[in-house]
Amino acid sequence: MRDVAVIGVGMIKFGRYPEKTVPELAGQAALLALKDAGVDMKDIELMASGNLYQSNAMVGQRILQTIGQTGIPVINVANACATGSTAFREAYFAVASGAYDMTMAVGSEQMGKMGLLGGGAAGGDRAYSTEGVLGSGLMPAVFGMAGVEHMRKYGTTQEQFAKVSVKNHKHSMHNPYSQYQTEVGLEDVLNARVVSWPNTLYMCCPTGDGAAAAVLCSMDKARQYTTKPIRVAASVLTSDPWTQRDLIMPDINTLTRNAAKEAYEKAGIGPEDLSLIELHDCFATAELLHYENLGICGEGEAGRMIDEGATAVGGKIPVNASGGLLSKGHPLGATGVANVCEVVWHLRGDAGNRQVEGAKVGMAHVIGLGSACTLQILEKV
Amino acid sequence: MGRCPRRSIIQKDRPALPAYDGHKQLTPKGGYHLAEAPAVEQKTQRPIVPFLRLSDDPAQKPYLVGSRCAGCGATYLGTRMACSRCFSTEPMGEVKLSDKGELHVFSIVHQSAPGIPTPYVAAIVDLPEGVSVRCNINGVEPDPKNLKFGMPVQMVTETVSTDREGNEVVAFSFRPA
Repeated sequence: MRDVAVIGVGMIKFGRYPEKTVPELAGQAALLALKDAGVDMKDIELMASGNLYQSNAMVGQRILQTIGQTGIPVINVANACATGSTAFREAYFAVASGAYDMTMAVGSEQMGKMGLLGGGAAGGDRAYSTEGVLGSGLMPAVFGMAGVEHMRKYGTTQEQFAKVSVKNHKHSMHNPYSQYQTEVGLEDVLNARVVSWPNTLYMCCPTGDGAAAAVLCSMDKARQYTTKPIRVAASVLTSDPWTQRDLIMPDINTLTRNAAKEAYEKAGIGPEDLSLIELHDCFATAELLHYENLGICGEGEAGRMIDEGATAVGGKIPVNASGGLLSKGHPLGATGVANVCEVVWHLRGDAGNRQVEGAKVGMAHVIGLGSACTLQILEKV
Repeated sequence: MGRCPRRSIIQKDRPALPAYDGHKQLTPKGGYHLAEAPAVEQKTQRPIVPFLRLSDDPAQKPYLVGSRCAGCGATYLGTRMACSRCFSTEPMGEVKLSDKGELHVFSIVHQSAPGIPTPYVAAIVDLPEGVSVRCNINGVEPDPKNLKFGMPVQMVTETVSTDREGNEVVAFSFRPA
């Protein structure tokens, strides 16, 4: 398997674009990434397109029809919230395997004003739906309960989870691609209406529209295109292994830990070597759990980490300098590629006012419920 | 070439329809409700999920049913074609599950899909047989102060809705024991 570099990235500001089509959103991001790489569609040998809500509608091909019908192989990828990052991984392996020299990954989503992360009562006869009758299987409750489990184990408080929202909203003030750019105070977060305890409105990521893209090529050719190729040190994907309660209460921890172990081994580093992390804060509760899952602190220490400001930009290990999903937004298929874009910008020194100084190695993490976990480790060469 | 089949619908020898009186004749109560089936003498009950077993015998309370893997002992709700822990495809023994358990974790849901009354307590209850269930916790104000980790809870069942055929749909929930 040969070394692969990211030579171009691009994304559009996440937000609401009801008048655009998905191929238009994705096409825009793709053109930005191509321009960033200094290549055009004729150089791309394979496209992996990540889109969840139109996963049966040939989004990848419709992107090519918008920006360049070269007849190349297109893979349409769906993996819940890990859709975009799985598409990135497909584009990565296509080059790493030696089969293709230059590929592109595009993640896109148009969610409109779908609440509850797209879930809703099962259509049809209310009598058949168990939602709200036998507990809840929707994302807010799933991540509410995951947070409550952490409270049970370690005494973590709602306030500590709320601090994640404060931090990420503050970070997004410097991210022009973020859906929201508003600071919120701790009291604002705690007093906002509860969605699924302990998560209040500001502790839940918004739905929205967006797209992001990345161009990858073999490392030995990368310097023909850029002075700052970013090496993919690891690209890992796991699913949920059997654990005691996983089938009833989705276990977001074990598969992340498995992915982290594999990723650190492949990249030959430990968590202490990371300069920054973009992780999956779909809900504020998730972020603290992942500090421990990704090994940036010991068991039960995540509350202390957020209290000490260790994960703010300027702190020991900045998490979600982009504003995270909480503020930047979470158009499902786009997120996994967008967090790669963000890490790449920091590693190149191009992240503007939110730049993590001296960034050398970054991690992009996504969890898709059902479940999938992707981890990419990227490094400056 | 056959005759157009629709012709038979407008045959002149079809019986005359009763005069329309604005819907009143259509139901005994004078209104029409999509959710209500016409009065049915025999109502049947059915469980909201297949792993809730109801009984015709009124002395037998409904109970939850699980399966246990003969190979590794992993216990599941309902029936399984294979064990996803040890991959055994040996037929699994049925396990009658307790109606008492412990509260593992909860969340209090304030925003839900249309038609679901909020706030309510969504919970994971651990049963002594080594399996957990997703359920609501009723009989307590939905406030974290009232929910203690590990607290003993008791299963109850009740009819929650009626389906289009007039069957009562029975669901379970737990309440503090």
